Amino acid sequence: MTKTIKSTFFYAGAIVLCVPPVFVFVWMILTGLKTGVQNISYPPEFIFVPTLENFRAVFQQHNFLRYLMNSLIVAGLATGVSLVLGLPAAYSIAKYRQGKIGILILVARMTPFVSYLLPWYIIFRHLKLIDTYTALTITHLIITLPMVIWLMVSFFEGMPEELEDAAMIDGCSRLQSFLRIVLPLVRNGIATSAILSFIFSWNQFLFSLILSGPKTKTVPVAVYNFISYGKIDWAGIGAAATLIVLPVSVFAFFVRRTIVQGLTMGALKD
Amino acid sequence: MPPLREQIPAPRVGTKTTVMKTAPSALSRFMDRHQALVYPAPAVIALFFIVIIPIAYNLYLTFTKWTIGLGQPRFIGLGNFIELFSDERVLNGVKVMVYFSGLSLSLELALGLLIAVYFNREFKGSEIVQAIYIFPFAATPVAVALIWRIMLNPEIGVMNYLLRSVGLPGSLWVSSPLTVIPALVMVDVWKWTPMITLIVLAGLKSLPHDPYEAARIDGANTFQIFWHITLPLIWPVLIAALMLRSLDNLKEFDMIYTITQGGPGISSETLYLYSYTVGFSFFKAGYGSALMVVVFLIVLAFNMVMNRIRLRAQDL
Repeated sequence: MTKTIKSTFFYAGAIVLCVPPVFVFVWMILTGLKTGVQNISYPPEFIFVPTLENFRAVFQQHNFLRYLMNSLIVAGLATGVSLVLGLPAAYSIAKYRQGKIGILILVARMTPFVSYLLPWYIIFRHLKLIDTYTALTITHLIITLPMVIWLMVSFFEGMPEELEDAAMIDGCSRLQSFLRIVLPLVRNGIATSAILSFIFSWNQFLFSLILSGPKTKTVPVAVYNFISYGKIDWAGIGAAATLIVLPVSVFAFFVRRTIVQGLTMGALKD
Repeated sequence: MPPLREQIPAPRVGTKTTVMKTAPSALSRFMDRHQALVYPAPAVIALFFIVIIPIAYNLYLTFTKWTIGLGQPRFIGLGNFIELFSDERVLNGVKVMVYFSGLSLSLELALGLLIAVYFNREFKGSEIVQAIYIFPFAATPVAVALIWRIMLNPEIGVMNYLLRSVGLPGSLWVSSPLTVIPALVMVDVWKWTPMITLIVLAGLKSLPHDPYEAARIDGANTFQIFWHITLPLIWPVLIAALMLRSLDNLKEFDMIYTITQGGPGISSETLYLYSYTVGFSFFKAGYGSALMVVVFLIVLAFNMVMNRIRLRAQDL
């Protein structure tokens, strides 16, 4: 009997502790489902007839599909390049204990983003590369490449070495054994770092704010622009925010087991 | 979180047999012999170009006076660093940074620890809690900050509605210089406490069981166990979480820029936000770079102190 009461209290507390994240998420969706007038009425309406009008407007009047595509292209490119460059590097760091490369990654992580942004802005302005996918991808790599390397090092370190040795005896070259034996063994790690890299690039605001333009505007900048021209379109923000956050939330759900490890970038190691 | 080894799938025996035993080419032989050099090289070269060169350029600019788009950088030695001391917005920026970061980091750490201790048990639905707790920090910061901006509206925002409905007075939140920092801290705490919780929870799960059993046999109560056993054992993890969090917190941009842009006036303008304004609104490349270097040094100094504390905690 007391056990049931105790457990009831525990779950009551757990629900209370889950209210803040859930409430903001729900409020975001509700804002997107309300009309402009409903959004500025007081007291706020909790029960109303939902409308999909805002979502239609976001796509038709604001060309949101274009921005979603831009974000998809930049995040895809940044993730792809990070994996191609990062996987062999992380493998080598784990295998040959090349800890010094870690210092480079730490410097990359500690330096404020604006310290990269100012030089890159000057360089891209000179090369007439502002508002190109190239400029956005290069700057997003500053975040995603160190992240992929750091994350993958711990996955490679956890891999049994004997398997690779067996492959070598079998007559594989090191390259073959890397591609056909090692990489399939760490596919969970690759999936995790790919998804996290994609999320970080998708969420990136500062670089895109300065380096994108009408052609390459990414979704965080697009939704921010809802407030910068004249009056604030709250319903539009709600709909756009929902569209931006939803794919990220789905992705995050898939890698929830390893996401903490990814976001801490090995802080809890050693 | 399960240890890494368990997540690695069992090797597929069939894989080996599919590998062709062809004669390796010269390139492949070279790559095999110099694997430790060839494999990391592309990434290191890329990082050198995208990270080190911009930092070097940024450092060079700190010694110059230059408005982007007008003429060429002019060498002025330490002029920019001398200017820092007579700039009131720098002092304001440091004050705002200390106020915002000090308050938000300590609240996130304390709440994150307490919530983690609360959830540190086997229960049905722990996966759901985990998924819910990932949302605030994985969701796009700009999008979430805009929703908060709507919720914090003093006249029609839902936050004041909720306060008033339980009989409390509404707040001006981010519209008043007096409450803007606590309001921004609230949003930051909302966003990042869950991450600290998940990190500490992972740490708690890996703690040894023996001290707890011994304490329970000795008749220690819950608070004594927490204070004398859990806290000392989890301390290194807390410091590590703090260091990790400080990297982003001291350089918080998206959330503050989206909600207040440093306002009202300059009452929420951190040093980092000011360095952005100098660089990209005033286009003063030299002075802006100097400010960015100062921000970097603050982050570096904070982490070096914390690392020392962490190493000492591990030695005990």
